Amino acid sequence: MLDDTDRRILRQMQAAPDVTGAELAERAGLSPATLSRRVERLRDTGILRGVRAEIDWKVLGYSVEVSLRVTLDKSEPRAFDEFAAAARVVPEVIEIQTFLGQVDARLSVIARDMAHYQQVYRGQILTLPHITDVDALMHVARLKTDESLPL
Amino acid sequence: MIDLDDTDRALIRALAQDATQSAGALGRDLGLSQPACWRRIKRLREAGVFRGLRLDLDREAMGFGVTVFLGVKLATKGRVSLQDFERAVSAIPEVQTIEHVLGIYDYRLRVVARDISDFERVLRRRIMTLPGMGNLDANVLLSEERLPGPI
Repeated sequence: MLDDTDRRILRQMQAAPDVTGAELAERAGLSPATLSRRVERLRDTGILRGVRAEIDWKVLGYSVEVSLRVTLDKSEPRAFDEFAAAARVVPEVIEIQTFLGQVDARLSVIARDMAHYQQVYRGQILTLPHITDVDALMHVARLKTDESLPL
Repeated sequence: MIDLDDTDRALIRALAQDATQSAGALGRDLGLSQPACWRRIKRLREAGVFRGLRLDLDREAMGFGVTVFLGVKLATKGRVSLQDFERAVSAIPEVQTIEHVLGIYDYRLRVVARDISDFERVLRRRIMTLPGMGNLDANVLLSEERLPGPI
């Protein structure tokens, strides 16, 4: 289980994931040896799964990002699985989430421009199985993206 | 826009999975020398391909059992300042991401909580009291997968 020292380490790592081990040890008030032992344990227990680099798709030429909120046909027991399996193979889909609520699933779709989006939407999204309704939210700006936890 | 070859793409994919890998280790996987690999990573970083690093934590193991996405529509009556709303919502620790969107909602928030009653507390005390709050739609996250995207 996590203790206060673990929380302190994770809080510091969350705030600045790119700092070196020595710097992190100082910020967390620990010796480098204690820190690396603690971090190793957090990794071994699966609490810290890793550090990921977040891709800025705009820089790679994908200027459009759309959230598609999907309602599925729940009379079909395999609707969720078959929908997700088909969405997974569309390269422009970068995220699939499923929900309890008004919306059943959400896809994050990126495209080079609106013409490309239209092409992906018509050719690859609307053809996904078991969709009964889709609405779209177009991304304007991201104000906070780090997904940090209130530790 | 930055020009990428297949090796750059493989590097981006690898760093998106695990950004803690050293240039030496990545180079070995991709058949590059350590300095050559380091130069490529530096070029990608300088071009802004990565928005930042994100810790991948097991939220449930850390006691955050509930993630809810909120669609927020600001009130149309009176003068609503986007800045006031954005400043206030950015200060809520349980709000993990904030996206400004175009569509049936104005903002999309990702909120994390320990359990449903903790979520209720956050919703009543912090979210409902935000300046300019209008309509709200909540969907509880059941599953989530991130995909490599078109690279």
